[in-house]
Amino acid sequence: MYKYILKRLLSMIFIVIGVAFVVFTIMEITPGDPAIMMLGDNASAEDISAFNEKFGLGKPFVVRFGNYILKLFTKFDFGTSWLTSRPVLSTLLDRIPITLNIAVSSIAFASLIGVSLGVLSAVKQYSPLDYVARVTAMIMAAIPVFWLGMMLAILFSLKLHLLPASGIGSWKHYILPMLTLGIPYSARILRSTRSYMLEAIRQDYIRTAKAKGIPEKRIIWRHAFANACLPVINTIGVYVGSLLGGAVVTETVFGCNGLGSFIINSVKRKDIPAVTGGTVFLAIIFSLILLLVDLLHASIDPRIKARYSKGGKK
Amino acid sequence: MADKKTLLDVKDLSIIYTSRNETIHAVNGIDFNLQKGETLGIVGETGAGKSTTAYSILRLLPERTAKVTSGSIMFDDMDLLKISDGLMQHGIRGERISIIFQDPMSALNPIMRIGDQIAEALKFHNKENLTKEELEKQVDETLQLVGIQKERKDDYPHQLSGGMKQRVMIAIALVCEPDLIIADEPTTALDVTIQAQVLAMIENLKERFGTSMILITHDLGIVAQMCDRVAIMYAGKIIETGTVKDIFSKEMRHPYTEGLFGSLPNLETKSSRLHPIDGLMPDPANLPTGCKFYPRCPHCMPICKENEPTNITSGTHIVACHLYDSEKEKR
Repeated sequence: MYKYILKRLLSMIFIVIGVAFVVFTIMEITPGDPAIMMLGDNASAEDISAFNEKFGLGKPFVVRFGNYILKLFTKFDFGTSWLTSRPVLSTLLDRIPITLNIAVSSIAFASLIGVSLGVLSAVKQYSPLDYVARVTAMIMAAIPVFWLGMMLAILFSLKLHLLPASGIGSWKHYILPMLTLGIPYSARILRSTRSYMLEAIRQDYIRTAKAKGIPEKRIIWRHAFANACLPVINTIGVYVGSLLGGAVVTETVFGCNGLGSFIINSVKRKDIPAVTGGTVFLAIIFSLILLLVDLLHASIDPRIKARYSKGGKK
Repeated sequence: MADKKTLLDVKDLSIIYTSRNETIHAVNGIDFNLQKGETLGIVGETGAGKSTTAYSILRLLPERTAKVTSGSIMFDDMDLLKISDGLMQHGIRGERISIIFQDPMSALNPIMRIGDQIAEALKFHNKENLTKEELEKQVDETLQLVGIQKERKDDYPHQLSGGMKQRVMIAIALVCEPDLIIADEPTTALDVTIQAQVLAMIENLKERFGTSMILITHDLGIVAQMCDRVAIMYAGKIIETGTVKDIFSKEMRHPYTEGLFGSLPNLETKSSRLHPIDGLMPDPANLPTGCKFYPRCPHCMPICKENEPTNITSGTHIVACHLYDSEKEKR
């Protein structure tokens, strides 16, 4: 098992290099001279060459990329922003708590609502509750995030004066972003939980459990849900990844400066080190989440654990 | 025949499955009973309604589609079709009646240790308030009874062979020492060498605990080896019942039973091929009137197409066939 974890962590090196390469290349081949973007159209030729000199822009692509990767792995240096001349990592560390707060709270909210309603909906299949849950989920999953965000802000901030509409500070500021992101995801999680539960309930081992005469609650949770939660965890894991990057709209609506808005702003200004650093950072977090999902799987399903341990021994 | 030792008495049981556009008549008014300590074999081809009958005893039929339309299942003065869900779950299932399913490969929860799956049945029927250690001990003993080393109780189902999984299923069925075990084709999914072992073990354990058993199978060889009495089902009806001797004796045999025996290889007579029954079982959504077997029956008479045959009794032997109507008059 430890060998498997080690293997996965090592493979992250290649993921990081790959992600960095793709971002670097895309930024390189898109039009626009970074120096002019930073210094403005009226910048003098001396200023531009000084800028290029300072950040090593005169060197060929391969050398710049190689230097970036080398620094990243030896000094854990994500580069220095051309715009602010600040190390990218320190900006990221400033902003990551905001994004993490929003992402973690909304995925926790979405999982709690989605999983519990999904299980209930499956157990009471075709009941009125099931219909209401499914139709609501369909509508919620289809609502655009920016619209939902604005509507929630209008309702809770402007009309009811309960919650702040923008900025960050107290825990109250996080409630609206959490709901805005959490509601559509809870609808999606509900739908997948319901279908995986329905599949599990039909399995032969559920009939065996019933024939044993154990209480229904235990059959639902210990037998059906324990098996159905494997793909549900998978789904949630992928959503966490997309939430980290996808929180941009929510961050914009509620005026909190998280990772998403940082990367978007850096792309606009062609701040290559900042974009690459931010993306690589997200890729690392996402890989770690996927690793966590796989380890959770292994801890629940002995067959998966056996496969991982075998793979590790080879 | 129903004396005071009758454990299970099924009367006029009919079960249908409904779907959006058709009604399937799976079981059509069957009667049978089971004495204490007896093994009843229910024989018939796939789709005859054997498993449906078995599941209805424990009310394990799919709730939305299956419906019991008539009949009663009396078990110790309780009608199993009428008692509350709570009593069914707590007092009957696993506790007094348990079931061994057809396919051991999928019947065990893949992510639960087998020891826990056996203990689970015990834990919820813990009459004597046994402590954890005592429960654990009982699991060990049950595992040893079915021929699995107790050290393997921490294994998961995927670490066991098919035969061992079925042994675990048997252990689950046995662990609460029920009065009745329903074995639904317990060896169909196993290979022949394991079949014999598992059957011998079931027989052995049944003797030991004095348990009654309903053995569902389509194998007449298994019936001869294990059962006291036999009921032969065709298209949701019991067409012949009797002791094993009655069924295997050639006198007064239902043509369908005749056909079943014709489908077995016989070592005594020289014959190069088997004589299976021609045709297929009728569509249970659209059963023929009269005798359900007439379309395939080599002895079909005009009356068979119109009137359903009544039961003709000769001692312990009951046959439902017009061929023997004259014998009825004789008696």
